[in-house]
Amino acid sequence: MSRLNQKRIPTPLRYLINGGLFVLFLLVGQILIGNGIISAYYSKIIVKIGIYIILAVSLNVATGYLGQLPLGHAGFMAVGAYASAIFMTRTGLTSQLGFAGGILIGGVVAAIFGIIIGIPALRLKGDYLAIITLGFGEIIRVILTNIDSLLGFELTYGAAGLKQIPKTTNFLNTFILVGITCFVIHAIMKSRHGRAIYSIRENEIAAESTGINTTYYKTLGFVLSAFFAGVAGALYGGYLGLLKPDNFKFMTSIEILVMVVLGGMGSMMGSVISATVLTALPELLRVFSDWRMIAYSLLLIIVMIFKPSGLMGQYDFSLSRCIEKLLPTNRKKLRKGGQE
Amino acid sequence: MAPLVPYPSRALVPERDAGKKPILETYNLGIDFGGLTAVDDLSIIIGRTEIAGLIGPNGAGKTTVFNLLTGVYQPTRGSIMLDGISTAGKKPYQLSKMGIARTFQNIRLFKDLTVEDNVKIGLHNSMTYNAFSAITRLPNYWKQEKAAHQKALDLLSIFNMQDMADAQAGSLPYGAQRRLEIVRALASSPKLLLLDEPAAGMNPSETADLMETIGRIRDNFQIGIFLIEHDMNLVMGICESICVLNYGKIIAKGSPDDIKANPDVIEAYLGKEG
Repeated sequence: MSRLNQKRIPTPLRYLINGGLFVLFLLVGQILIGNGIISAYYSKIIVKIGIYIILAVSLNVATGYLGQLPLGHAGFMAVGAYASAIFMTRTGLTSQLGFAGGILIGGVVAAIFGIIIGIPALRLKGDYLAIITLGFGEIIRVILTNIDSLLGFELTYGAAGLKQIPKTTNFLNTFILVGITCFVIHAIMKSRHGRAIYSIRENEIAAESTGINTTYYKTLGFVLSAFFAGVAGALYGGYLGLLKPDNFKFMTSIEILVMVVLGGMGSMMGSVISATVLTALPELLRVFSDWRMIAYSLLLIIVMIFKPSGLMGQYDFSLSRCIEKLLPTNRKKLRKGGQE
Repeated sequence: MAPLVPYPSRALVPERDAGKKPILETYNLGIDFGGLTAVDDLSIIIGRTEIAGLIGPNGAGKTTVFNLLTGVYQPTRGSIMLDGISTAGKKPYQLSKMGIARTFQNIRLFKDLTVEDNVKIGLHNSMTYNAFSAITRLPNYWKQEKAAHQKALDLLSIFNMQDMADAQAGSLPYGAQRRLEIVRALASSPKLLLLDEPAAGMNPSETADLMETIGRIRDNFQIGIFLIEHDMNLVMGICESICVLNYGKIIAKGSPDDIKANPDVIEAYLGKEG
């Protein structure tokens, strides 16, 4: 009803507005960091926020859109991080272009693991899927710790960690990848493939009898989620410069899940906001070091009591829609003014 | 209403469908759950544009028959031919592509999605663009999405629901949800539409509307319709042939008038006299 009367912004203009804002933020951020107005400490926090945004948004595909509950996201992140770091240290490609290759490799290897794990795991539902993915996440960590003695040469350097990874992650490439991640996931979800993924969350039996190949689309959603976890892992490697299997413990998966649940399952905007808040909060509360974990847990409890569906629920923000909503009222006001 | 004629010696189909291949044939179909035989020896034929009914007391196995036809269960015995092709071993989504669509006894809509998206999910297999076109927003994405939008509105207009396209499916009133389920089923362009109690919970005037619409759907889309219903006004009013199921077995088949007069049917519904 409302849509028929609503003035619509033409599609190219929508892309232009969103793309323009993206470039604007990118340039402003880059200039502020380049001038030292944002200190190195804060720019590191911003990069970390970016990495966690990619992780939360990608986990949201599997939990929020697909409606499953995987607990092994840190496992895919680890696979991506190690794949990218090994690629870069072995080939010596430490330029930004080499890093782009490393990120792609990290994503693809994580996606392959996503297929291997997803096909058997997605036959299960609910708690069982949670437990099996938790197990796979731990298996990946244990393999990374012990694989060297099996191979007979140094690949992951075990518990000591993979050192001297080129620190190639910066504000620019993180910000671009956050943009790409959000756009790709948004674009998929607004297509027939995305609708198929939603339909599985809503009602699997109805989806299958409506002609959706549920096994295929469950795997697709899971692999999409794993791919971007791998990308985030690759950024994480370039951010720390040192990878240890202990960075990817079970608690990391839980931390990402908390971000998704807190932001609202099925809301990309929610994931972005809660990833930002939950990454920044422990840093900003560093002064009250004894109290920050209490504040963190209190925040979670309060949100879960007053907004059990998460901060944003399933609502998703659209800039164009906001502008559209402003348009007709503006015109009415103008017309009124004219009559008076 | 077209008179029923024998279709090669085994079943009755409406006169106009007699020369054509039937849309659905089952032979001695049966399924056991452990020691319980839920459906046994079910042989039916449905003509290409026939409206057929399946009735029977509660627990007779009507919904089980639908689940067998749509591939939710695999039959223990017997075979199903959809438009002349065996459906053995096919999954529900494959059967949907072969031309069977259904609605559910307890509504199963995609509740948190919009009405339009519910219908577009039904149109899923009529679109062909791949994930890469979706991400890069190639022209075929825009073209097919635009066509799907128009098709969804056209389908919704069957029930005069095009104004609700943006509403959340779960927020619709009960009757509209039932109608939306039928629209979603029609979106997958079926050859045979299975309706599981389409008039459940509807008042007499809504039921009358529904009857008229079911007839219109058959005429416009030229498809077969097979429906389960407890509302005898609807069944006797629009079904050209009726199957009566009791304890998993067919106890009577024929035109509405035959069924009304059949002593076995009366016994199954009302019990034996004296």
